[in-house]
Amino acid sequence: MKSWTALTKAGLQTRLAAAAGAALAVALLIIPLFGDYVIWLTANMLILALFAVGFNLLFSFTGLLSFGQAAFFAVGGYVCALILLAVPSLLLGVVGGVVAAGVVALIIGFLCVRHTEIYFAMLTLAFGMMIHSIIWKWRAVTGGDDGLVGVPRAPLEIPGLLSIDMADLERYYYFVLLLVVLGIFAIWRVVRSSLGLTLQGIRDSESRVTFIGLSVMKYRLIAFTIAGLASGLAGALMVPLGRSASPAIANWTFSAEPVIATMLGGAFTFAGPIVGSFLFYIIKEIVVIFTGYWMMTLGIIVLAMVLGFRGGVVSVIQRQLLPLLERRRNDLGG
Amino acid sequence: MVALFHAQGVRKTFGEFVAINDVDMMLEKVVLTSIIGPNGAGKTTLINLFTGKLPCDSGRLVFDGTDITGLTPHQRVHLGISRSFQVTNILQQMTVAQNLQLPVLARLGRAGRPFARPDRDPDVRAEVESLLSDIGLAKARDVRAKALPHGDQRLLEIGMAIACRPRLCFLDEPCSGMNPGERAQVQELIRKLTKLRDVTFVIIEHDMDVVFALSDRVIVMHQGKVLTEGKPEAIRNHAGVKEIYLGEEVGD
Amino acid sequence: MTFEALVYQGLIGLSLAMYLWLLAAGLTIAFGVLGVVNFAHGSLYMLGGYFAFTFYLTLQMNFWLSLLLAAVSGGVIGLIMERFFLRFIYHLDLAYQILLTFGFVLIFADAARIFWGGIPLIPPMPEILDSTVSIVGRPFPVYNLFVIFVGIAVSALLWLLLDKTSWGETVRASASDREMASALGVNIPRLFTVVFSFAAMLAALSGALGTPVRAMTPGIGTSVIIDVFIVTVIGGLGNLPGAFVGALIIGLMKAYGVLLFPDADLFMTYLIMALVLLFRPKGLLGGR
Repeated sequence: MKSWTALTKAGLQTRLAAAAGAALAVALLIIPLFGDYVIWLTANMLILALFAVGFNLLFSFTGLLSFGQAAFFAVGGYVCALILLAVPSLLLGVVGGVVAAGVVALIIGFLCVRHTEIYFAMLTLAFGMMIHSIIWKWRAVTGGDDGLVGVPRAPLEIPGLLSIDMADLERYYYFVLLLVVLGIFAIWRVVRSSLGLTLQGIRDSESRVTFIGLSVMKYRLIAFTIAGLASGLAGALMVPLGRSASPAIANWTFSAEPVIATMLGGAFTFAGPIVGSFLFYIIKEIVVIFTGYWMMTLGIIVLAMVLGFRGGVVSVIQRQLLPLLERRRNDLGG
Repeated sequence: MVALFHAQGVRKTFGEFVAINDVDMMLEKVVLTSIIGPNGAGKTTLINLFTGKLPCDSGRLVFDGTDITGLTPHQRVHLGISRSFQVTNILQQMTVAQNLQLPVLARLGRAGRPFARPDRDPDVRAEVESLLSDIGLAKARDVRAKALPHGDQRLLEIGMAIACRPRLCFLDEPCSGMNPGERAQVQELIRKLTKLRDVTFVIIEHDMDVVFALSDRVIVMHQGKVLTEGKPEAIRNHAGVKEIYLGEEVGD
Repeated sequence: MTFEALVYQGLIGLSLAMYLWLLAAGLTIAFGVLGVVNFAHGSLYMLGGYFAFTFYLTLQMNFWLSLLLAAVSGGVIGLIMERFFLRFIYHLDLAYQILLTFGFVLIFADAARIFWGGIPLIPPMPEILDSTVSIVGRPFPVYNLFVIFVGIAVSALLWLLLDKTSWGETVRASASDREMASALGVNIPRLFTVVFSFAAMLAALSGALGTPVRAMTPGIGTSVIIDVFIVTVIGGLGNLPGAFVGALIIGLMKAYGVLLFPDADLFMTYLIMALVLLFRPKGLLGGR
């Protein structure tokens, strides 16, 4: 097969990535064998991965640091919850959540994208907290600080075509896996597309892109909306998992999770946020066993990353591990 | 002669400093114009005003019959005005080919397609190849822009400006930092493009050899105003021009 | 609303504005000179409050002394942040500097939990200020007047410092042209450290001032930073008078908002910010 020969001729990095990808795919598929807790954990990792990939589209590929992505996550989650509480259709809930998040991203994005770097970070933070305060105060609709509970994990129904019950955690996990993979794949396609090229151009030099004849604001808004849609999908998937929605998912400290996950894994590659999301949860699970001061540990990790490992784990692999493996291979006459 | 571009009464101040002081300028089609003048004369500021990087405090800009005074830079690019920058302003993290793909995509209106692969688009590929051979960087197509030597970066800068297929192209010190061989290359390129692609070039240059070799017309600026203009030989011998460059007092 | 209520709430608003002003002034000065927005600025407010609590209550110090020491302690923490962490990444993209300060937000939040626990703390009001004064026929807390006084005093001090001293001139010059200032012999790294610590001190002072009236919790840093951001955005980033105006607007808005729109008062702040952004993107007084 043509692609196999291409793969065998490809460099070590590509082959390693392909092998890792394959191993990951297998691992993800057999997760349900390990029991409910592992399923739960992996589902959360996947959701964060989607969340982080959306964030990184903005950060690494468009050059915009947003501290307010939780707003769209929360809109997606809450709208999904409200729909599910009224109509037991998972499809409607998820689609509704995603669309709502996209609309809110469009509006907030419009106000934010005309500003650069610092202003943008501050504004996304502020607007994110605005959504948080709306959710907190609007008791009648959102349940205020109690949130929404008893959200049914409704069946996936396409009338006339299929009806899959989702009460079983295993089933829902595969649903999450499918949608996360689709979402990340869509963003991957965007990154490799003409739109992705435009965004990277904006990251490299706004003035250059303007003088090529492109409206920087328009494309930033498009990127912001796509990131918002991804965040909304992540939120909509999260809510039926735990069958509840709480205002914590709108707090800016939650916005920080995709940021940190991306930094951990490495912001400069597409896979970095995905790797980082898995690492994030693994570290959290381990740390929480030893100390209740998870935030401080995370803060220290952030400091260490910024001061020394800005490329994250992926770049450590690229810089330290790969040359080692190359040398090994060459020594063995590979 | 057809007036391609007309600036009337253009004025720009920064606080109390008057950078551009009531400039009237007419640029004619296919007449290669050079704008020269000592540092601080306002040449780059003028280009910034013409291309929309800075707004005019007062005055009017008309391009091919259309009033462009209020248009944003990217709107002006759409009408057919492009520019290169004095300080190299290319897309550093992207390859040479990608740097050229973007203006081509923009021109074709395909820059925003979320799932189309630019390197699989035959129109884009053809144009990028043609541009690469025009500027002589075909071999470097997969090199990251920031890894290019300075001269090649300047060539890429020019390449991006012409990739927009402009009718009026402002080049801000295209030869800066180049060795003689590269300068000759740029001159060749500008001559060729003027003929082949029907581009009207307006060049800011300090290198007088380039100016006099290439230009049909030279405009001299000094302290935000147009001092004089004319054919290269006339400017070469103009007393006032010598004075502003050399600071020599020339008797009236 | 009656005239009395207008005046009374106005004064309340003014005192609220002073907290915001102290915070915003520090943030603005630090941004103006260093070009960095310190996301941990709110955390310094929180630490200032907690320090004041410890000095005043636990160590039974004089109230004035605890205020001063709390501010100084905040300054010391700011110094450590800048000198041993922030300094090493000035050459990097701005995003990393923001991320670094965010790392500190996380660390400080848990540090507060470790040292002071998670329960809200309110030390008693110092006796000398624990009374009321009759204003427009109503009892008005003297402490609020005190806060207003401190705010005005600090403003005067800032103005004196920045406008009338040579150090102030150095700061202003470095803010507008760092390279030139450095070329003229200004020790930029040391100036950065001093300015950053000074800003941290102002933030801590604001927190310390707030202790007798507002509960201190580890989470307050993250909510206060939002208010400060809104104030600076409204006034214009890097614009000191703008920060004052912004603080006034938000302070008064909060005071009147509580009366007029009791449920939406929080939302009103965001609304104002959104409006300013739409019509004057660089802030009311213009920023960078």
